[in-house]
Amino acid sequence: MRYTTLSFMLLMPVLPCIHAFAQNKPAATEIVQKSQEAFYYSGNDMKSNVTMELITADGKKRTRVLTMLRRNDPGTANQKYFLYFHEPGDVRRMAFLVWKYPEKDDDRWIFIPAVNMVRRVAAKDSRSSFVGSDFTYEDISGRDVPADTHTLLREERLGDADCYVIQSVPKAATEYTKKLAWIDKKTFLPLKEEYYDAQNQLARLFTADKIENVAGQGGKKSYQTATKRTMKNVKSGHRTDVTITRVAYDIGLDDGIFSERSLQNPPQQWIK
Amino acid sequence: MKATFLLLSVALTCLIASASMAQDGPAAPTSDVANSAQTGKEKKIPVEIHGFLLGDVAVRTTGERPFKGEGGNFVLGEGRLRLDISGATRSGKGYFVTKGDTFYDAIAKRFAGELREGYAGYSRGPLDLRLGRQIITWGVGDLFFVNDVFPKDWESFFSGRPMEYLKRGVDGARIRYSGSSLNAEIVAVPFFTPDSLPSAKRFFFFDPFATVRNQREEKPAVGAANTEVALRVYRKLAEYDVSVYAYRGYWRSPGARLDNLAAPTTATRFYPELSVYGLSAQRGFFEGVFSLEAGYYDSRQDRSGRDAAIPNSQWRVLAGYQRELAQDFTAGVQVYGEIMNDYRAYRDSLPAGMPQQDRFRGVVSARLTRMLKYQTWTLSLFAAYSPTDNDYFLQPEVSHKLTDNLGVSAGANIFGGKSETTFFGQLNRSDNVFFRVRYDF
Repeated sequence: MRYTTLSFMLLMPVLPCIHAFAQNKPAATEIVQKSQEAFYYSGNDMKSNVTMELITADGKKRTRVLTMLRRNDPGTANQKYFLYFHEPGDVRRMAFLVWKYPEKDDDRWIFIPAVNMVRRVAAKDSRSSFVGSDFTYEDISGRDVPADTHTLLREERLGDADCYVIQSVPKAATEYTKKLAWIDKKTFLPLKEEYYDAQNQLARLFTADKIENVAGQGGKKSYQTATKRTMKNVKSGHRTDVTITRVAYDIGLDDGIFSERSLQNPPQQWIK
Repeated sequence: MKATFLLLSVALTCLIASASMAQDGPAAPTSDVANSAQTGKEKKIPVEIHGFLLGDVAVRTTGERPFKGEGGNFVLGEGRLRLDISGATRSGKGYFVTKGDTFYDAIAKRFAGELREGYAGYSRGPLDLRLGRQIITWGVGDLFFVNDVFPKDWESFFSGRPMEYLKRGVDGARIRYSGSSLNAEIVAVPFFTPDSLPSAKRFFFFDPFATVRNQREEKPAVGAANTEVALRVYRKLAEYDVSVYAYRGYWRSPGARLDNLAAPTTATRFYPELSVYGLSAQRGFFEGVFSLEAGYYDSRQDRSGRDAAIPNSQWRVLAGYQRELAQDFTAGVQVYGEIMNDYRAYRDSLPAGMPQQDRFRGVVSARLTRMLKYQTWTLSLFAAYSPTDNDYFLQPEVSHKLTDNLGVSAGANIFGGKSETTFFGQLNRSDNVFFRVRYDF
C-alpha cells in the first residue's frame, strides 16, 4: 500500500504532462508548417534591407546589400519576391524576381543591368549558394514542407526558449542528409538548425541570433522577426552573418511591383 | 543633329538631377510608408556616383600580323575609367543614368571618351519613357541574335573586353507600356548606329574589297522616313514568357558596292533596308529553362535576291536549353540556323571568284559555367561549332574576385575552320588571349 501510494505520488506530477503531451502534441509536419509560416510568410507583405557579410575562416570579409520585397498571394501559399542589389559594385542594380509556388517549380527572372536584359533563370538551383553566401536560394525563400520526412525528436530549452527539436530528412537526395531544427514553441521561429552530411557529421549550422517584434503597418498585428541570422559552414569555417534592417510588414505592396517592369525600373519608393 | 539630341538628353538629365536634389529637402512630400517605418535619420544623397577602373590586354597568339596593322601582336591594350552617375526624384518617377568611359588606347596611343549610355527617364501610370543613348537587349539567345536588332560591338567581344561591351547603345526614345494583360515597348531611333566589326588593323577577316583604293561609308541620313522603329509586345502566356517583335530599319553590317566591277577604284559600304518580324518563348522545363526564337529578315532592298551586294531575306531560328547540373555548375546548349530565301537568285548573281554561302547555316553551341569557393572563382567555356560552315569558336575564361571590388580575368578567343571565308573561319589567324583587371567603386 505504501509502495503504491509512493509510486502514485511520484507519478502524479508526471502523468498530466504525459497526458497533455499525448493530447496536444502537434505533429512534426504541423510544427514545420507553422515554422515556415512564421519565418517566411509573416504579414501580407514585407519589405526589408538585408546586409550579408561573407566571412572566411581567416576573417576576410565580403559584403552584399540588398532590398527584399515579398508579397503573399492572398488565398494561396504562393509568394512573390523582388530582390534588388545595392552592393557590391559588380552586381549593383541587379534584380531578381521570383514567383514561388509550393507545388511546382518556381518562376524566376534576373535583370542584368550592364546590358539591360531580363532573363528567365532555372528553378533547379534551389540548393545553390545565394550570391556566394553560405545560404542557399532555398534558405532565402523556404523549402517545400512535403520535400522532407519530419519527426519530432524531443522538446528542450535553447537559451531562454522552449523548443521543439525536429528532424527533417530529405526524400530526394540533396547535399545534406538530415536537418535538426530547434523551433521556438511560442514564436515558431527556427532558432537553430543543424545540417548533417552523408557521413552524419555536422556540415552547416544556422542560428537566429536576434529576434525582434515588428509591428505591421496599421498597428493591428506584430510579427516576430529574426533580424540577425548566421549560417556557418562548420567544415570550412566560412560563415555568413545576415542583418535585417528597416523591416516593415503589411505596407500594401501592389502585385504589379512583382513584374518585369520593376526589374528594369525598380520601384524607388521601396528599394531605398 | 545627333549632338543636339544628346545635348537635349543631357539637359533633361540635369533637370532631373536638380529636381532630385531639390527634393532632398525636408518638405518633400512622400507616401513612403517604409521610410516612415525607419528610425534612422540619415541624409540621402540624391545623385549616386559609381564606376570602375578597367585594364584590358589581349595578345594575338598566331604570330601573324595584319597588313598595315597596329600594335604588333597586341590586339588590345587599354585602361578605362567608367563613371556611372545616376539619380532619381524621390518618387522615382523621373530619373537619369549616365555611363561614360574615358580611356587610353595604348595601341593607337590616344586618349578618347565614349558615352556608353546617357538617358533620362520618366514614368507615369503604366508608361515609362526613356530618352537618350540606351542599351536595349531583346530575345532569348546566348550570343545568337534573332530579334535583338540593336547594335553590337564584335571587335570588343572578340578582343576580350567584358561582355557588356558587346552591346552598343542606340540614340533614340523608348516608350514602354506595362498593363495587366499585355506589355509593349516601342523604340524609335532616328540616329543609325552600325555594328562595330573587327577592324582590319587588329584582326584578320574576309573582305573581298579590302584592296580597293577608296573606301566610303554611307549611313542612312537622319530623318523621319529613315527613323528605325522596333516594337516588342510581350506577356506571360500559361507557362511561357512570350514576345512578338517587329522592326523596320537597316542591316547593321554593311553591304559593299563597287563603282566598277572589272577595275574598281571605290568601294561604298552601305546599310541596306531591313525589316524583321519574329517571336520568342521561354519557359521553365525539366528544372531548366527552354528557349525558342524565330525571326524573318525581310531584306527590303533586295526582295528578289538578285543583288549580290545586299544579303537576301532569311529566316533565323534558335532553340536553347539551360539547366544546373550540380551546385554552382550550369550548362546551356543552343541550336541556331539561318535559312536563305531565293537561293538560286543569290547563286546566279554571285560575282565570279566570290565564295558561295550555303543556303542553310547551322551552328550548335554550349556554355558551361562553374563557380567555386563561394563564387569567388568562375570557370566558363563558350563553344560554338557550325557543321555547315565547318568552323568553330571557343572562349574559355577564368575569373577571380580578390575582394568585393577587385577582380581579375583571363581567357582566350579561339577561331578556326576549313575555310577563311566563313563566319568564324575568317578569324582563324586572330586567335588571342586576354587578361583583365577591374576595380569597382
